Amino acid sequence: MLAMEYRGPKRVRAVQKPMPEIKHPQDAIVRVLRTCICGSDLHLYNGNVPDTRVGSTFGHEFVGEVVEIGTDVTKLKVGDRVIVPFNISCGECHFCRQGMFGNCHESNTEATAVGGIFGYSHTAGGFNGGQAEYCRVPYANVGPTIIPEGMDLDDAVLLTDVVPTGYQAAEMAGIQKNDTVVVFGAGPIGIMAARCAWLFGAGRVIIIDQEDYRLEFARNYSYCEAYNFNEIGDPVLFIKKITDWLGADCVIDAVGAEAAGNLLQTITGRKLLLQAGSATALHWAINSVKKGGVVSIVGVYGPTDNLVPIGNMMNKGLTMRGNQTSVKRLLPRLIEHVQNGVLNPKGLITHRIPLEEVADGYRMFSAKLDNCIKTVMMPPTANQ
Amino acid sequence: MENHNVINTPIDPKQIKGWGIDADPKNDPTYPMRARMNISQDPDFKHRPEALQPVETEVLRSIERPNVSAVFGTPEPPSGLSGIIRRFAFHFSENQYPHWLPLLLADRVNVVEGVVDDLVHGHVPNIFAEKGYKAEWKHSPQTLVLKMAAFTAVTAGTILWLSSGNKKKKPVKRSRF
Repeated sequence: MLAMEYRGPKRVRAVQKPMPEIKHPQDAIVRVLRTCICGSDLHLYNGNVPDTRVGSTFGHEFVGEVVEIGTDVTKLKVGDRVIVPFNISCGECHFCRQGMFGNCHESNTEATAVGGIFGYSHTAGGFNGGQAEYCRVPYANVGPTIIPEGMDLDDAVLLTDVVPTGYQAAEMAGIQKNDTVVVFGAGPIGIMAARCAWLFGAGRVIIIDQEDYRLEFARNYSYCEAYNFNEIGDPVLFIKKITDWLGADCVIDAVGAEAAGNLLQTITGRKLLLQAGSATALHWAINSVKKGGVVSIVGVYGPTDNLVPIGNMMNKGLTMRGNQTSVKRLLPRLIEHVQNGVLNPKGLITHRIPLEEVADGYRMFSAKLDNCIKTVMMPPTANQ
Repeated sequence: MENHNVINTPIDPKQIKGWGIDADPKNDPTYPMRARMNISQDPDFKHRPEALQPVETEVLRSIERPNVSAVFGTPEPPSGLSGIIRRFAFHFSENQYPHWLPLLLADRVNVVEGVVDDLVHGHVPNIFAEKGYKAEWKHSPQTLVLKMAAFTAVTAGTILWLSSGNKKKKPVKRSRF
């Protein structure tokens, strides 16, 4: 089968790989119909996530059709079309039973802070991802959700990560009615978080980024105020100024380790990897929220090689409030929102490319070429 | 004199005035805080799925857990020099730099191993294509030209600098005073 393959920092290609196999009675094999490149994939692509092995296949946002099931799979049958949440969750462990599906204890052998994630390095369980024609899906009774009749596959694929993560970012921000909410980062997740902030009753939503085309997109898609941090001077001072010098009620960090905006952080965090990524957005978030406010982190940071293990804080779901998204918990509500027209996920998609051109897709998204917001890839077998 | 720098005897927190006054789940900000459950409240906290994935290949395991998780991925087992470094890293907990830093080093070694592996199998990696430069050339040719020029300049400078090191340096006259 054709699959994306990582060869080293900023080097990927499409190659023929062996078909995935059932390895556990609750496994399913899914033929991928749509798969996306996520902002989080760029951390892997840039070589910032430890134990990202050459030969791995990325991709944690995909939908597909079930083509094979293990002997213990009872909730799916061959032929079902499914939304596959990006987290791999057993549904039975101490954490899954609390709804913390992103922190499952039985899907990742190599680290304890975070659960298993499709195509997200061995630090997240060593699973191959969905940027391929076929993918092994463990715990098929737990995560995969049948795509409702009539739902567009483009909407469905964004329900695997972008929509739930944006929604959970707003939820974790503890937004109260009429709160002022600031979102750092106008990538797909930041744009969706800004859109979802309204659903929680925000009175004012502000988004900060440095790419004008993304800010313009956010203005139109999320109905929010949008500012370029290169034009407003110190963003923290700016936010204080426009919030009567008190700070925002809630701030969402939707950037993570790839943040621009501070030369020292860029050199030490992104270029030299001396800490777990550039913490610029996190600094801005902490400093621009009002006293007693809430900082919600969905941007991904690396693990412990930092002055503060902020990546662990995020992955383990500690306060300030941060976590990997528990997609399974949120899916029923979000499917409802999509079906009722409250959310329009596919409106984020700007590019469609064949899987064979995966290297170009990564370059375009990473270098923000051609006003790229969100790329969907189609494997050759998707139309069979 | 009483030494306060020791572990104090725990007291019953229920004796503290006001304890638990805000412990109403409705006051918790958002999920999953509402469903918070302590280990002591969970009679089945060691529960594991019935079926466990058989370990048929080398799987590195965090020493912060007693066993291999019930399912795991097996796409790229550790091998070669990078594998040796990775095995070393897994002697340390996730709390330790000797765990994460060797893993990052192993990733870099693994990249070189990948190129060697390609060549051994008769495949010359197409770096231009793998880096997606076709897309960059299409949408931002000036950036690509600048990158290539900078790369060429740095490479040429490095070669010149290294080759100049072979020449005998003239002895420097030191002034006496």
